[in-house]
Amino acid sequence: MGMNITHDTIAERVREQPTQLFVGLITTLFLADLLLKLQGTTVLLFDTHVLGGSIGLSELFTYILDGLIVGIAVGLAGIGLSMTYSILNFANFAHGEYLTSGAFVGWATAAVVAGGSGVADRLLLQSNPGLELLSTPIALTVGLCMAAISAVGLALLLDRLVYKPMREAEGISLLIASIGVALLVRYTIAFIWQTGRYGVTGSPTKVTILNLVTLTTHELTLLVLGGVSMVGVAIMLEFTKLGTAMRAMADNESLARVSGIPVEQVTRLTWIVGGGLTGIAGYLFVLESGTIAFNFGWINLLLIFSAVILGGIGSVYGAMVGGVLIGLVDKLAQVWIPSDLTRAAVFVVLIAVLLVRPTGLFGGVKTA
Amino acid sequence: MSESSDEPTAEPVLAVDSLEKQFGGITAVEDVSFDIQPGSLTGLIGPNGAGKSTTFNCISGTLTPTSGTVHFQGTEITDAPSHVVAEHGLFRTFQIARELEEMTVLENLLLAPPNQLGESLIYAVTPGLRQRVQKQERELRERAWELLERFELEHLAREYAGSLSGGQRKLLELARALMAEPSMVLLDEPLAGVNPTLETQLLEGLHELREEGYTFLLVEHDMNVIMNHCDPIIVMHQGSILTVGTADEIRSNDRVIDAYLGGDR
Amino acid sequence: MTASGFRSRLTGLPDAVYVFGLMAGLYVVFTGLTVLLNFELAGVVNTLRAITYFSAVYAMVVLALNLHWGYTGLFNLGVAGFMAVGVYTMAIVSGPTNPGPAEIPGLGMSLWVGVVAGVVVAGLVGVLASLPALRLEADYLAIVTLALSEIIRLVLNSTLIQEVSVFGVTFGTGGATGLTVQNNPQTPVTAFFQSWPGSAITDMAMAIGINRPTVVEGIGYAIVLGAVVGLLFVFVRRIATSPFGRVLKAIREDQVVAAALGKDTRWFKIIIFGVGCGLMGLAGILWYGSDGYINPLSFRPNITFYVFVALIIGGAGSNTGSIIGGSIFASVLFYLPQFLEQNSTPVLDGIQSVLGGSTATPQTVIDAGGALVGLDLTAFLAYCFANISSLRFIGVGLILIYLMQRRPDGLFGHRIETAASVPLTTGDTDE
Repeated sequence: MGMNITHDTIAERVREQPTQLFVGLITTLFLADLLLKLQGTTVLLFDTHVLGGSIGLSELFTYILDGLIVGIAVGLAGIGLSMTYSILNFANFAHGEYLTSGAFVGWATAAVVAGGSGVADRLLLQSNPGLELLSTPIALTVGLCMAAISAVGLALLLDRLVYKPMREAEGISLLIASIGVALLVRYTIAFIWQTGRYGVTGSPTKVTILNLVTLTTHELTLLVLGGVSMVGVAIMLEFTKLGTAMRAMADNESLARVSGIPVEQVTRLTWIVGGGLTGIAGYLFVLESGTIAFNFGWINLLLIFSAVILGGIGSVYGAMVGGVLIGLVDKLAQVWIPSDLTRAAVFVVLIAVLLVRPTGLFGGVKTA
Repeated sequence: MSESSDEPTAEPVLAVDSLEKQFGGITAVEDVSFDIQPGSLTGLIGPNGAGKSTTFNCISGTLTPTSGTVHFQGTEITDAPSHVVAEHGLFRTFQIARELEEMTVLENLLLAPPNQLGESLIYAVTPGLRQRVQKQERELRERAWELLERFELEHLAREYAGSLSGGQRKLLELARALMAEPSMVLLDEPLAGVNPTLETQLLEGLHELREEGYTFLLVEHDMNVIMNHCDPIIVMHQGSILTVGTADEIRSNDRVIDAYLGGDR
Repeated sequence: MTASGFRSRLTGLPDAVYVFGLMAGLYVVFTGLTVLLNFELAGVVNTLRAITYFSAVYAMVVLALNLHWGYTGLFNLGVAGFMAVGVYTMAIVSGPTNPGPAEIPGLGMSLWVGVVAGVVVAGLVGVLASLPALRLEADYLAIVTLALSEIIRLVLNSTLIQEVSVFGVTFGTGGATGLTVQNNPQTPVTAFFQSWPGSAITDMAMAIGINRPTVVEGIGYAIVLGAVVGLLFVFVRRIATSPFGRVLKAIREDQVVAAALGKDTRWFKIIIFGVGCGLMGLAGILWYGSDGYINPLSFRPNITFYVFVALIIGGAGSNTGSIIGGSIFASVLFYLPQFLEQNSTPVLDGIQSVLGGSTATPQTVIDAGGALVGLDLTAFLAYCFANISSLRFIGVGLILIYLMQRRPDGLFGHRIETAASVPLTTGDTDE
């Protein structure tokens, strides 16, 4: 019997070890290559370029900083997706559209508040309002609030009209319905704002912190606001009844129901918190790129899914960490592959995570 | 790893030896060993949480045991996945009848037989070969109707299995397992949620089938059913086997009475 | 209920009646439209050709997807990617080795080798994709296949394999510029109509007023596609009505039970993923290949969603429903808006003659809204026509939501299409 036990654990290890070994090996290889590149050393084997090359330290810093900034936005956007995924038990393919609609309403409002001629043109973002933190702080703040409010409104409206009548349906039916919602919302935005890509920000001021990193005011705003929002959510989940109720529902909905948790109310609050964060994230996404288009949320949806799955579905912290990691992968991949393929690299990471550790880093809730 | 040398009365159909299953750190089943003789209707009983279902799932390949061995007709099936276990001729039913709801009763039955030619894609689509598939399907169809008749389900043949009542589902599940002409069937609470008339019908059916040479292992919650119909009876308690014996032996066993009256923690 | 009574009466008819009835109905409607718009005969015929073509290509992909989603319950959101693999492989394999200047050479094989290669490679990529399918829950599978489809598109779009040389053989995907497909499925059809006996048909068509040879060639190709749909239908029907198809259904319903009944579910999933993806590759070849030019933009996920909507309209699980859903989607939701956009000037003139108002297109939605408030419906409609592709997506989204809420079975999904190769009557009453 004793032999059987060892036999089994060895079998288990053999089954698990190779993937861990493989992941470890790949990571080491990439790190070694990066170090060699920083050193400017090239390793040749049979006259073939195997490892190394050259890359400047400042270039690497730029990639990391860019990754961090994108990552914060992705992480913030991921929190709402992760919440609805674990609590309502479906992958919401319309999540990107909450980003887009929040951003459009937010930036259009900011453009109007910033003032000037032609309200209609400003509302439709026909000319660049040149918004910037130091010159138009009030407009930017009002826009941010409107982004959050409008995304909450949209999330509640869609929940009432689409998802609520389908509460008992399977996750996959809701997923398909959410694809319909995504098309509906995305192209309603296109119908209103047309399909162009509009510039909305002015040229930012550069800020150097401790003589180390140089950031634009846009980037600084994004980092600060994103960070604050994340901490806020973390505190809310940790210390409020709502947080407890949400965790209970994510674990086991029917159990939560019998133990007296007002499920429908928690669901609504989930949409409010998740929608609000997503609206803010959408607004910040635009701050980073400086431009806005009707499909940017959709284009980034898989990136956000990657972050959420990497972090572990249902885990808010997972979404944050996953977001930052995915942002880093998206930017750092440029060290090795052409920049038009970094997105593909992110998706490869996504698939790898699902194959190796489908529960993600923070062990998410498994959905049906 | 050595073959344990138990006293061989007749070659057992199923031999479970020192079975253990842990979930996380919790041991659900420990040191469970028993043999099932061919042509028997063995009962497996025990209070809630005694480890009946876990044992059952370990045998049928739904779960992989932590240690111990399971042999079926002399072949080791300990780590075999459930489809391999079934291929060896050991079929199971489910506690909550799991019908393939959006398949008709007939489709459910025709699904079960092993080694169907038409399960190969090439045979299914190639004109000449498909005729052989059809020939086999006609034979299976006959068998399916016989079983429907036996279980009085003919009038439901073309209905979706999802539209059947709880008791009818249990009958269908048994019929489906029999469609495969198995050497042995594991029945997981086949009488749960079945009305008394159907219950009698089902039990009579089981006895008939046993006399025809089928072997059954019956997990049941209901003490009376097991006592009146099964021989031998295996009693489990808190993850281990308490005793094995005939109904009379079980009835007079103090430890069994304690286990049932004392509750299950 | 009258509706259900109507439906049950419909159910009694042979399936071919639905398909041909639907096509006939679509022909009548579109002929009416084109006549209203004063099309000449060639234009009328060309419109009917277009709806036949789109109906056929959609029907093909939907039939393939039905094997995955309708039969096996595998939620494959990678349709666009598998079509891309098929048509790009075909284009590369059967592209000429020394094409014109600024063109990327291919491997110079015949068209048929290219088609077979396209189907096989798409199938193999499908088999690879099915490996995660074995382990993942449905929604994860959706995300993985969507990601895979995007990886395929991004790689095709990148400069990485735009033009590569391996052992002195040069070929490539053309990157974002795309690839000219000189040797494509339309080529032999065109060749047929340009030499005897096909040329006789062309001449005859010209004589009765179909004065454009390309229209005749297009009709020929649409007929070929119709025949392919027929063959494909027979093929998937054979799969569906076989013990193999029965196991697929069982996997869809409850794979634990399928396994407990001795079926190696993994194996079945791998096979059907490969077969379905191979057929998607074929559809990609016959659809996009025939345009003579391919580019990664055509393979964005929207096309996958289109195909899904078509399948859900027809009813997942029904092969007849797949063809019907494909035709309805292709003609009414896909082609009709495009048709109206192309003919917006005469259509708007017609509307203006009835309603009055201005046909000048408002520049923004606010102007359009103003026109609406000012009861200038024509101007508002002009804005709608200018944005008809957005409206199309809005409509598709609404239909999808409606179907999932109210009619998840679509038109034909409620039917019992028994998975057996012989009628399941008792022996003595066999037919």
